[in-house]
Amino acid sequence: MSSEWPLWEIFIRGQHGLNHRHVGSLHAPDAEMAIRNARDVYTRRNEGVSIWAVKSNDIVASSPSDKGPLFEPSNAKVYRHPTFFDIPEEVGHM
Amino acid sequence: MADAAPAVDQAAFSEWLQRMGDNCLILGHRVSEWCGHSPALEEDIALANQALDLIGQCQFWLGLAAEVEGKGRTADQLAYLRDAGAFRNVLLVERPNGDFGQTLMRQFLFDAFHHELLRALKSSSDPRVAEIAAKAEKEVAYHLERSADLVIRLGDGSEESRDRMEKALKALFPYSGELFTDDAVDQAMAAAGVAPLPSSLKPAWDRTVSEILAEATLAHPGEVYQHKGGKRGVHSEYLGYILAEMQFLQRAYPGATW
Repeated sequence: MSSEWPLWEIFIRGQHGLNHRHVGSLHAPDAEMAIRNARDVYTRRNEGVSIWAVKSNDIVASSPSDKGPLFEPSNAKVYRHPTFFDIPEEVGHM
Repeated sequence: MADAAPAVDQAAFSEWLQRMGDNCLILGHRVSEWCGHSPALEEDIALANQALDLIGQCQFWLGLAAEVEGKGRTADQLAYLRDAGAFRNVLLVERPNGDFGQTLMRQFLFDAFHHELLRALKSSSDPRVAEIAAKAEKEVAYHLERSADLVIRLGDGSEESRDRMEKALKALFPYSGELFTDDAVDQAMAAAGVAPLPSSLKPAWDRTVSEILAEATLAHPGEVYQHKGGKRGVHSEYLGYILAEMQFLQRAYPGATW
């Protein structure tokens, strides 16, 4: 039965002010039931204050075979990390 | 916590609390029988959540029933050591699960009643009752939202699902009338302001049920013969089997804990 239902990606916001985080996926016939199923599957232990459901098909993903050109060039560019600055004492914790 | 109004007959109050608790316990057990058998993983978890909600509510009601009874019994003892004749749940909740449609229809007919009842109980003259009702009402509002939605989807669904929902409605509707029967215990509770008369909840239930059935394109069964008895301990043969499974451990190993 569930194999006939589209797959949805579920995002939950744990607390006000935090970002929604991907928690997993589930099957549901439509958006309304995706939210309801997400409530039952992913918020049983008081995990959330807000749910987003997105059809898995609607997510555009980068291709694993493009990993080299996409990500490797940044490997050697450590100067992009802001770790080369001396932070004055007075600034405190950043 | 304040004591109940002194006017309340304690024996009647305890009896009424057992009815509340037993409805939750037996329906909760029935729903829990789906665990691992539901048509989809998502439904399986949803049903298990609902069973746990109901058994949690039962714990509160039977805990208070035992306290009001004052014979030193606990909620666990009431749940696991009473025989069928001492159970006070309505016949509807002990009906077999049948197919998924039957389970949902039973749930919907009960949820529509349960939600009205809990809403009214939030202003009970007994603060302990009002407190339990306030907590349970939120859970049951979701149960009703869910069961009503699925009744509509399956009723107004495929030919097969519609046919099954029609059969479920026909089989279960004759067990809905008992929810709204008043007896001496109900009258005593209403007089003390502890709970509304069950019959007073019928118009609102009728409205909800008619509305949802219409949306589900299912014909309302109308006035049909209604089975009664559970509230006063006269049960169908199904309850014995439920208790045999539910109570086995405590009966075979008295006092066993884990």
